[in-house]
Amino acid sequence: MTLGQLYFYVCAAIALVGALSVVVAKSPIRGAMGLLLLILSIAGLFLALHAQFLAAIQLIVYAGAIVVLFLFVIMLLGPSASTPSDRRGIFARTVGGGLFGLLGLAAIWGVFHGSSGRMSMKLPDPAFGGIDAFGSVIFADALVPFELSSALLMVAVVGEKAVAKGRQGIAAPSRGEAEIIQESREEGP
Amino acid sequence: MIPAEFYVVLSALLFVIGGVGFLVRRNVLVTLMSIEVMLNAANLALVAFNRARFDPGAGQVFTGPSHTGQLFAFFIIGAEAAEVAVGLAIVLSLYRLRRTVRSDEADLLRN
Repeated sequence: MTLGQLYFYVCAAIALVGALSVVVAKSPIRGAMGLLLLILSIAGLFLALHAQFLAAIQLIVYAGAIVVLFLFVIMLLGPSASTPSDRRGIFARTVGGGLFGLLGLAAIWGVFHGSSGRMSMKLPDPAFGGIDAFGSVIFADALVPFELSSALLMVAVVGEKAVAKGRQGIAAPSRGEAEIIQESREEGP
Repeated sequence: MIPAEFYVVLSALLFVIGGVGFLVRRNVLVTLMSIEVMLNAANLALVAFNRARFDPGAGQVFTGPSHTGQLFAFFIIGAEAAEVAVGLAIVLSLYRLRRTVRSDEADLLRN
């Protein structure tokens, strides 16, 4: 086993452990730590795939922003962030998850048995995936989608502010609205 | 050298794990994190295919090997940051209204 293969298998194992702990963990804070593990190992795989710029972006945006945002929200919610497990609808959920898992396993089987020969990776030139090559691709060939994505982020900021601000910023709830909310609280699910 | 199939199979496994978590778990935070796992898996597949099947010299301005898969992954990362920000704002808003983060109790629009 060469060093490259060892690197791939270690990263893949860490990624699988992280993804499993996201799904299985009882407390969401453990899930967020599993997500962090997954993100770090995927960044490592990006490095092996000659995508150095994307590996850096993965670390900055995911590990630096998204996971921290999750942790902030989990800490803001406190103990009510973790919900007790209940048995309602367990049958439908299990059947749905099992069917999805079977479909995925069939897809994996198809990759191994349907492909004609291994896809060999020929080496691109050393600048491939680096910040200079990727930057010239973004700012030359993909300039319009890049600017549009900045507009998307701006819209997300405005929308997030509107949603998180709640009712007091927009308008106080009218009497009927407040009664409906109160009733639905009392009735419960 | 690891062939690209290995990366694709790893990506499919991660996608399946994320999808099962999305379908089975009820906690909204865990659901959002499962979506993260699925999008990461998609990114991994895109970058692996880009590495295996790049087009040497296809760009109009940049005349090196094509970076299409990496570009897709880049934009997915950007869109996902927006999605998580809005999603977590909705989770906080739901918690303020119903004091819960369970997705099956988010039925304010019912009736």
